[in-house]
Amino acid sequence: MSATSAQLTRYFQRLKREPFTTLFSLTQPVIWLLFYANLMRHADFKDATVADYPTFMLAGIISFTVFSNSLGGGIPLLFDKENGFLHRLLATPAPRSSILLSRFINILIISVAQVLIIVGLSMLILDTSIETGILGFLMILLITTLLGFGLTILSLVLVFSLSGHASFFALLSFITLPALFLSPALVPLESMPDWMRWMAYANPMTHAVQAMRGLVITGWDFGQIFTSLGILAVIDVLCLGLGVRVLKRHLG
Amino acid sequence: MSTAVIQTTNLRKTYAEKAAVDGLELTVKEGQVFGLLGPNGAGKTTTTMMLITLLRPDSGKALVLGKDVVTEADAVRKSIGYVPQDPASDRYLTGRENLQLFASLYEVPKADQADRIRAIVDLLDLGEHLDKLVKKYSGGMRKKLDIAAGLLHEPKLIFLDEPSLGLDVSVRRAVWDHIHGLKKKGTTVFLCTNYMDEAEELCDDIAIIDRGRIVARGTPDELKSGLGGDVVCISPSSNEEKVQSQLKETLSKLDFVSGTGQDGKKILVYVDANETALPKVLDAARSASIEIGSISYTRPGLEEVFLKHTGAHFTQRNEDVSGKPKKKRR
Repeated sequence: MSATSAQLTRYFQRLKREPFTTLFSLTQPVIWLLFYANLMRHADFKDATVADYPTFMLAGIISFTVFSNSLGGGIPLLFDKENGFLHRLLATPAPRSSILLSRFINILIISVAQVLIIVGLSMLILDTSIETGILGFLMILLITTLLGFGLTILSLVLVFSLSGHASFFALLSFITLPALFLSPALVPLESMPDWMRWMAYANPMTHAVQAMRGLVITGWDFGQIFTSLGILAVIDVLCLGLGVRVLKRHLG
Repeated sequence: MSTAVIQTTNLRKTYAEKAAVDGLELTVKEGQVFGLLGPNGAGKTTTTMMLITLLRPDSGKALVLGKDVVTEADAVRKSIGYVPQDPASDRYLTGRENLQLFASLYEVPKADQADRIRAIVDLLDLGEHLDKLVKKYSGGMRKKLDIAAGLLHEPKLIFLDEPSLGLDVSVRRAVWDHIHGLKKKGTTVFLCTNYMDEAEELCDDIAIIDRGRIVARGTPDELKSGLGGDVVCISPSSNEEKVQSQLKETLSKLDFVSGTGQDGKKILVYVDANETALPKVLDAARSASIEIGSISYTRPGLEEVFLKHTGAHFTQRNEDVSGKPKKKRR
């Protein structure tokens, strides 16, 4: 545990050293709220009713933010691997799990901060609200955690499997847009073309969006919530299995 | 009797069907400064990586402080220190923050951390820079910081990979002094180096490795006397190869000459340690009517030892011959 907190301390010390980078990345989702939500306010979706687009989009922006944060969760280790710091880290008796855990907790804390900013700002400037209240908000944070865990591990797997940072960033930007479009983050699942909808079901973001959207707009639909939590948990377990295999090979 | 802190048996690691380490048998005794010498790509880094548990051997066995590097990796990691070749502290942290991180990772009790950091920082003369960001450090300061971080937990054995690479003379001296100090305290030092003067200054025991195998082993004195005496270095004023080989042949026939070698234009003549060798060599050259451009007489250094055992001048073999390129693994 002390190894995890020592590494976590390192990540937050770095964050503190780059206040502008931190500020920009924390407030990045505001762009979506400010521009995209207003752009789409009067959009008309076939096969689905969207009463208020900013409220509809809230779950999408939260999920997409968590998705991007987590998939980029391996980035510090990418550079550690290239400059030799990782070797020093691995030569210490720190448990290998602490490397993963400290990345995950670091990303989770940043994600929670961003979710707070997103929800707070959209209540203030876009007049949205969460139907299920504070308990619903806590459930959103739980979904955030489950969505982020598997993706952070996936990011670490990419860090260790790919040859260098160029291919990592190329792959990251290649994945990000299709993942956004193949999810109900910006449009209702019902309005998507059939083939895209089927692909969307394989996207963990889809299940996070569906559960969160219910909590924001309609209320407690436990069937929907548990289905989504279950699917996300299964994805997490699969990612963990893959992660342990890959990291064992690379971290010894 | 001193015990072995490192013991490998038939240790092997292969990359793409090329053996980087090829059946290595190595014993390092407690309290010594051991030097692993070899051209780039000879297998030094691969050997070190296996000993510090970061690379799994394909076959064979390695015990570090009596623990197996594969099955008891955790116990090995706890009791060794490692300072990599290239500076690798977190540049966005201060020196102190880096040291605190490694103190925690090496399980130094929280209560002792401040004292340990102060002590090591005083020793390495880093004090005034401790709260500056590492990205503002000079190369020498970074190296000292890395060494400090590798010593915080007071390991019984420390691995130093090219400790004076790219350092200026005074920092290099300070690092060497520190290594002498470690030895006095009873710490065993495993040193990888390309610099023969460094090995000569620091090492009690040396292994020269080439193509993944040990080609020479002993104390610096043993290795040097193994060459068969002192070296007369002689070059003809003519650049013709014919003249060079004629000179070499003439000299090899002399009864006090134990062997000859060639390094470019220079003919190396190994002679029994004796002051009359020089005039006798000159006489022999003169009677063969070969005009001499330059001549010198040296007690052999490790460089000559290296030359003899690796069959090539070590500075000329910079490309990787037996493993993955170094850079790729960094």
